Order: sequence, then structure tokens, then C-alpha cells
Amino acid sequence: MDQKRKPFHHALRIHKEICTGCSRCMRVCPTEALRVIDGKATLHPEWCIDCGECFKVCPVRAITVEDDDIAKIFQFKHRILLVPSIFFAQFEEKLTLEAINGILYEMGFTELCMVEQGADLLIDEINKYVEEFEGEKPVISSYCPAVVRLIQVRFPSFADQIMRLIPPLEVTAQYYRSEYQKNGVPLDDVGIFYVTPCAAKIAAIKAPVGGYISPINGVINMSELYNKVFLAYKQKGVNENEHCTLVHSTVSSVGIHWPTTGGEANHIKGRALAIDSMPNVIDFLERLENEEIKGVDFLELRACDMSCCGGILVQDNRFLVQERIDNLGQELPEKHALDTEFKEVCSGRVPMSPVEPRAMVKYHPDITIALQRMEEARRLRDEVLPNIDCGACGAPTCEALAEDIVCNRATLEHCVILHAYDADSITIEKIWGKKRIKK
Amino acid sequence: MDLTFQIQGGDFTSAGTASSEVRRTLKELGVDASVIKRVVVALYEAEVNIVAHAYKGEIMAQISPEQVFLRLTDQGPGIPDIEKAMTPGYSTASQEVREMGFGAGMGLPNICRNADVFNIHSVPDKGTTVEITIQIN
Repeated sequence: MDQKRKPFHHALRIHKEICTGCSRCMRVCPTEALRVIDGKATLHPEWCIDCGECFKVCPVRAITVEDDDIAKIFQFKHRILLVPSIFFAQFEEKLTLEAINGILYEMGFTELCMVEQGADLLIDEINKYVEEFEGEKPVISSYCPAVVRLIQVRFPSFADQIMRLIPPLEVTAQYYRSEYQKNGVPLDDVGIFYVTPCAAKIAAIKAPVGGYISPINGVINMSELYNKVFLAYKQKGVNENEHCTLVHSTVSSVGIHWPTTGGEANHIKGRALAIDSMPNVIDFLERLENEEIKGVDFLELRACDMSCCGGILVQDNRFLVQERIDNLGQELPEKHALDTEFKEVCSGRVPMSPVEPRAMVKYHPDITIALQRMEEARRLRDEVLPNIDCGACGAPTCEALAEDIVCNRATLEHCVILHAYDADSITIEKIWGKKRIKK
Repeated sequence: MDLTFQIQGGDFTSAGTASSEVRRTLKELGVDASVIKRVVVALYEAEVNIVAHAYKGEIMAQISPEQVFLRLTDQGPGIPDIEKAMTPGYSTASQEVREMGFGAGMGLPNICRNADVFNIHSVPDKGTTVEITIQIN
């Protein structure tokens, strides 16, 4: 395989000093990128897609999101914060949009903008893209970066079906950057920051696909910012006289729903489907790859259950977040106040190369060796290992252990059940039956 | 590597199991996506043919570094006129089968188009054997 390609930039970090090696993360990883080695969770960096499933289940918070320190904003004279609608929807109703903006403004941001302002112009552009797309359909949305990476690693044959349009977040960032540029402000003075509901978006901003370079200067952890805002509210309350003229909270009823399930697909002509949560996305892509599903024009795929409402850094219950978004959306106009300006200045269509496939090398790049190893791994799986996927060996499944053994990353000695069977076959057979251990 | 699968006639719920497993295997071996696609299209069609027309059947997939060889043997009514069955659009499928989205008369032509070597042998009232070879490199 290509040895020269740059390693994946990851926004998730395992702190070995905190990790207790409990293996919960290993069991939920959709790409089987985690193993327990020497009592610590260990990541296979080429396989990790930054979906954050591991982060969600870690009981000791040994996995953290590599965000930017909020103090970084003061490196810039103009400090723009791009806030997704999800951020506001985390707070109980009595904390109004204006109150939240007031608190954020007090923290040092000079301008606050709703991320989803960039969504509206994308509707026409996505429809045009889908209509004109010459490759095999469905076109797959580029919105969720964890899905983009999942496709790169686990479904590389779909890489060129990923839509080459930037998401609303990047459109909005470009808009504000160009506004400052137009007003003669040196770009070194302009710091654009984004509040992220997940790790994948950090990875996507720091290391975007398709040769795109993001104008975003820093990414702020939504959970941390939530705590800061809520603390300020609890301690100081809301300052009604807050001076925040530079708040562009304008967003349309369409835009505010963009991060929720169906937010994109509902506006796309033809047969468009919206699928959320990692297991559902994987199942659908498997069926698509198996030629069982045909005739779909557009796919909105989101890694998290309830899309961004269920983001790993979103504080409140995802159903409540969705409810608040729906409520907020009811009061909003179909077009936001900057709709025309956005359409004049911005586009989701930027020069981009196709997304690079990064297929997992399971056994070996040479197919002859790969085939030998696979045959041996399947023999181990079917004839030797107990196939109860207990995880005690430090691999997520018996099949994964078999793969590790044939690739010299583990030995058969790792199987704790086989040891237990040798020591006391009667007890093991009492639990797992006589046929489970075949030796 | 040899993989075998038993197929039951009429069991559309399980149709696709063999092609799914073969796809997964080829993917893990790092076989080129375009080759995998041809294998999946051909095998899925042939697998559905058994489900739709035969009583039961067996699929054998032989994977070597050079090629994928598939042999599908079924016990069923057989194909009286293979030439006719190879004509695009020709179908004997019942209304019931067509309503499920199968039986458009593209099965055999589709398999043939995706195969590097394609052999079909059928005995009326006994069954059909289909052999498909697809080169890996």
C-alpha cells in the first residue's frame, strides 16, 4: 500500500495514565481499531475514524477530545465564534438565545454567528450536484466527517461517491472571512472559531479531505463551552443591558434543522434517504455494497444516533435537544436575513479532489500472503477459538484475535478461555456446553 | 480458499448471504473494488436465480490470488432453452417474484457481462450448473 500518505489526524486521545484497561471502548469501536495491551487501550491510528464511540463509553474519562484552548482566541483582534444551533438547544428554555449570546460575548468573542446560515444555499447546490453527478449513485453527503472517514477506511469503493461540496460550517466560515477581507481587515487579525459537538469535526477541520484548507483557526469543545456559559449564568445571571451588536443569530427554519436527522435529505429531490447512528450506517452501506439496494439518489449518513443532537460533546439528552430545535424552528422564517448576501458571496462548490480511499490492510498488501493468513485465521476462528467474543484476550472478537495472531500481533496464548479450559474443563463445559471448545 | 453455501428455493430473506460473505472475504484480502463489484453483481444474480427458480442449491466459491471461481449447482426445473434465457429482458418469473423486485429478465445476461469466463449447463427437470470465473488482476 501507499506508504507515503499522511497519517490520519486524530482528535481523540487516550490518556494511558488514566486508562484502566476495562475494554469497554474496544467493544464498541466500529472499525475494531482498539486493543487492550499491557492493561491499556491502544489505538490503531490508521483504522480510527474519530467517531467517538469509545469516548462515550469510557467510564473514567481516559479518552479526551483534542480541542483548542479558549485562550487562543486572544491571539486575534477580531474573534468570531461560529455557533451551531445544537449549542443553543442544550439549554433549558429560560436561558434565551440573547442571554447565551450575552454570556459568550462577555467571554471575549467579538462576533457570534450561527453556523447553519451556510446551509440554505447548499440546497440548490446539492440538488444540482446530484442531478449532474456522472458517477454511480447514490451521492453520499460530506456533512458528517466520521462517516467520510468510515467510508475511506471500511467502504473505500464509495469514496468517489462522497459529495465534493463543503458543509455549512465551512460555507459560513468563508462568508465571514470574506466579509472582513472586504472591509480591509488584515486576515491575520481575524480568528474564526467553531464550537464542535463531536471529535470528528475537529479532525475534519485540522485535516480536511479532498485537498481543501479550512479557514477556521480553532475549534472549541461544546461540552466545555456549555459548562462555562452555564456557570456564568448561575453565578452572574443574565445582564439585560449586554452590548452585543455583532450577533448574527439569524438562521432559517431550514438551516436550524440541518444538523438533525433528515435536515439535508428532506430537501433533496429524487430518492433521498437519511440514516443515523453508526450501526445503521454500516448496515446500510454493507447492503449497498452488496448490490441489494438500488435506485437511491442521495444519502444523508450521520454517525451519531439522532445526528448531531446525539454528538459526543452535546450535554443534554438528544431527544430533548431535538425537541428544542423543533420548537426554535417553528418561530423562524423560511429564509434568514443574510440569505441573499450568502448566495452572492459563497458557494459550497470549491476546488476539491475526490476523497482518498484508505482501505484497512487486514492481513497483508500481497494477496498471496493475505490469502494464506486469512485461511489460517479462519481455521483458528472456526476450529480453535471459542467464538464467544469475551474480549479477555484484549481483542474485540475471536475473529479479531485470529487476525492478530496470523499477523504476529498476538498469540493463541492470549485466549483466556482456552487456558481456563485446560485448568478446569468441567466448569467451562457447564457454562458454554461441550461443543464450544473443540480441542 | 473455498467457501460453500447452501441455498433454499423461495427463501428471499436469505438471498444475498453468499454474495455478502464472498464480498467481505475479497475486501479483507484487499482485492480491487471494481473486481469485487463484478463478483458481487454476478454472484448475487446467480444466487437469486436459485432462490427464485430452484428447489435448493449449493454455491462454491474458490478464491486464489489470481481469480475467483464460482460454481452454483441447483436442483430444480432446469432451463429448457438457454439461448432464450440469455436474451436480455426475457423472464419466466411469476408475478409474485416480480413484485418483490426480481425477475426483470436481466439475470443471466448480467452474470455473463461481469464474468471473464461463463459456463452454464442445464438438464430439464434435474437442475442447472453455472460456473463463473473472474480474474483478480
